[in-house]
Amino acid sequence: MTARQDTSTPLGRVRPLGPSAHGGGHWIRERLTSAALLLLGTWFVASLLMLPGLDHKTVSDWLRSAGGAVPMALFIIAAFVHGVDGLKVIIDDYVHDTGNNLFLNGLFLFAGIGGAALALFSLAKLAFGAPA
Amino acid sequence: MSRNPDRPLSPHLTIWRWGPGMLVSILHRITGSGLAVLGLALLTWWLWALAAGPDAYASFAGHASRWYGLVVLVGLTWAFWQHLLSGIRHLVMDIGAGMELKVNKFFAVLTVFGALFLTALTWFLILGVNQ
Repeated sequence: MTARQDTSTPLGRVRPLGPSAHGGGHWIRERLTSAALLLLGTWFVASLLMLPGLDHKTVSDWLRSAGGAVPMALFIIAAFVHGVDGLKVIIDDYVHDTGNNLFLNGLFLFAGIGGAALALFSLAKLAFGAPA
Repeated sequence: MSRNPDRPLSPHLTIWRWGPGMLVSILHRITGSGLAVLGLALLTWWLWALAAGPDAYASFAGHASRWYGLVVLVGLTWAFWQHLLSGIRHLVMDIGAGMELKVNKFFAVLTVFGALFLTALTWFLILGVNQ
């Protein structure tokens, strides 16, 4: 009788690993945000196409409504998380020097969080502010 | 992480004949990087300009409708559709499907033509709306 083969998938093997059992966490989050962006990204492009115009008043009125502001907030969050996660994959693949790797990953992480904060603040200001 | 620079790297990028799978793989990374850096920067600028008022928005729209703005926007539209379609292809391959040579090659080529078609369609609709 041959030795029993490990039939678990590569993902199944790494999921229990790591200091807090999050060995596959980054990989899984990248896929989950990609699924969210499949919906939200298509919604964003389709919404821009279906607006009667792209002038300041039309776009502002759209983003002041719950149907515009709420999916836009979700789109901003999912897009920035997915963007930072994706850039990390590329950096980890091509930048092997520990110092440079940490520097670039840190730079894009901070830039991503800062950009997301600015985008969400702008959206909130628009949605909750007095109509111009 | 660390590599002994005295040891040779096995040859990779330079020795393979380019095929659709390789092209779509690297396009996925290039378009993803472009969307993450340039796309998110423009999205943030656009939202900031909207919140800052009609004058700031007019400045954004002015740059966006100049030739260099249109080049960037058309490029980002193509990057969006290419990354979306090759992303779907990756999700399918993540569950272990679509690995057969012919099927894999067919869907790789399909993402390239699909993205070009959707980019053309998107801008056809944008220019139609603005008239």
